Amino acid sequence: MLWETVKLAMSSIRRNVLRSVLTLLGIVIGVGAVIAMVTLGNGASTKVQENLAKLGSNMLIVRPGQSTFGPGGTSDARAFDERDVAALKNNLTGIKGVAPTAQKQAKTVYGSLNYDTSVTGTNSDWFAVQDWTLADGRVFSDSEMRAGASVCVIGATITRELFGAQDPIGERLRIGNFSCEVIGHMAAKGQSAFGSDQDSIVVLPLRTYHRRIAGNTRVGTISISVIDANDISRVQRDAEDVLRERRRIVPGEEDDFTIRDLTQILATMASTTTILTGLLGAVAAVSLLVGGIGIMNIMLVSVTERTREIGIRLAIGALERQVLTQFLVEAVVLALFGGVLGIAIGLGLAAAGSAVMDVPFNADLRVIALAFAVSALIGVIFGYFPARRAARLDPIEALRRE
Amino acid sequence: MSGQAPLVSFTSVTRSYGEGGGLVRALAGVDLDINRGEFIAIMGPSGSGKSTAMNIIGCLDRPTSGSFRFLGVEVNGLTQDQRALLRRNFIGFVFQGFNLLNRTTAIENVELPLIYRGMARHERRERAMEALHLVGLADRENHTPGELSGGQQQRVAIARAIVTDPLLLLADEPTGNLDTQRSQEIMELIARLNEERGITVVMVTHEPDMAAHAHRIIHFVDGRIASDQQKAAA
Repeated sequence: MLWETVKLAMSSIRRNVLRSVLTLLGIVIGVGAVIAMVTLGNGASTKVQENLAKLGSNMLIVRPGQSTFGPGGTSDARAFDERDVAALKNNLTGIKGVAPTAQKQAKTVYGSLNYDTSVTGTNSDWFAVQDWTLADGRVFSDSEMRAGASVCVIGATITRELFGAQDPIGERLRIGNFSCEVIGHMAAKGQSAFGSDQDSIVVLPLRTYHRRIAGNTRVGTISISVIDANDISRVQRDAEDVLRERRRIVPGEEDDFTIRDLTQILATMASTTTILTGLLGAVAAVSLLVGGIGIMNIMLVSVTERTREIGIRLAIGALERQVLTQFLVEAVVLALFGGVLGIAIGLGLAAAGSAVMDVPFNADLRVIALAFAVSALIGVIFGYFPARRAARLDPIEALRRE
Repeated sequence: MSGQAPLVSFTSVTRSYGEGGGLVRALAGVDLDINRGEFIAIMGPSGSGKSTAMNIIGCLDRPTSGSFRFLGVEVNGLTQDQRALLRRNFIGFVFQGFNLLNRTTAIENVELPLIYRGMARHERRERAMEALHLVGLADRENHTPGELSGGQQQRVAIARAIVTDPLLLLADEPTGNLDTQRSQEIMELIARLNEERGITVVMVTHEPDMAAHAHRIIHFVDGRIASDQQKAAA
């Protein structure tokens, strides 16, 4: 009986393909929007997770000045120096490492090739704090750090651009009129969360950088890596105390530096995506409502058109419930047809969007199942009224209708 | 439902439509018994109440006053669904306009009442084929009504009406849309069903030639029975 009804519904949809498709547009758009957004959103948040891992987890970033968040740290506030780093390292507990960074754009030269890149002065903690892995070679030794030796570790982009297939270890790289020996090169990390190439980098011991590149002793930012994520806020407070004391900031006076929790920043970014998804969800809901009304409208038309047919069915002994079921199934099949179309279009859009936005494409089966169920539900809700109208027709009146 | 009770029984049945000044009395007090196995023709000018009487016999309509019993059951107190069950189990309808479902094949049309009975597919198919065979259309099972002549369409409609083995076949001007030749064939078919299968037939017609096939002819005038003649030879 149910199968007969479904077949009947299909044939009545086939009879009016164009009308059915136009009716379904609302549902197609609604479901498609939801599927596309959720799938893209999933991909984006997966990417954020990956970036979190890439950044090094549980990281605090210390910058001079009460600057707002952003890459450029140009500020009038006093810069940090090597002793601040030492003080943090000695006074903080539960940390994996403390790494200073001083950074500058410079042209690196090897043989006839050159490449503009970022030159970073730091210590050997930096590699662990930033979660870098060495492809080959080693990091700076303590004596090289102390002596400010002319050694460097290079990122994957530099290896590729300047050395190609050649082994860079032991080669000398020139930065301006200073040259250093490559003692290690790092595995690729890819783009940062903010879209820059993290692998375009040359890393020097901090002292070497200060003397040979910068000509000052400033430290731009200090990264602190905390072992246990639950410890982050405690370490943040401790670091604040250490730095306030070192910079002689009297109680009541504001910090002239900022400590930020990177995890928090990315969480904020992720929640922005969530808000966006929610907003589009609301648009989709309106679209689904319009789609549902479309279905109700077309079902009412269908009931009117087929009054005589309903009369015949009632005369030969169809129960109210059976006529109701027939039209309800028809509405549900119609809505599901729209739902499936919407799911297909949504997934297509998400796949295209993922490629453009460079995020992974992960379709969530649960969301697809939910979209399917919601479509069916719309069919039931908006199909009920027309179906009831059909079921309650007076067979004599219905048969008289032409 | 006692065996002695007439199949259909009217007692002072009236049926009016509208109210106040626009009140129309389609039936103005009808007493009538129809027994099993009868072949009745109902005649009368239009507006005489014969269609209304047919609708009441077919449990599609209910009297305004008086009592209408089907198999001894008072139909006035039944819900629409209960009346649908009576129609489904005991009554077959044949209409002047055939009233087949247009886009479905002959066999699917014949199967329709069985679908509502919830009969299994292969049994349904078998019985529908039997019914089509009986009306001489076994080779037209997959034709849609549009591909069949008027006479053939009416045969499909008759097959649909009898596929459930009804006690009562109600035919509302079954030959009204057919030429003389087809009309005679349809009448012979109906008469045969009455004779061989014992199906009670009540037929509305305004053609005396068609009414001549019946054993009893009832004339309606102005909502009342004007004459009720039993033919001597059955």
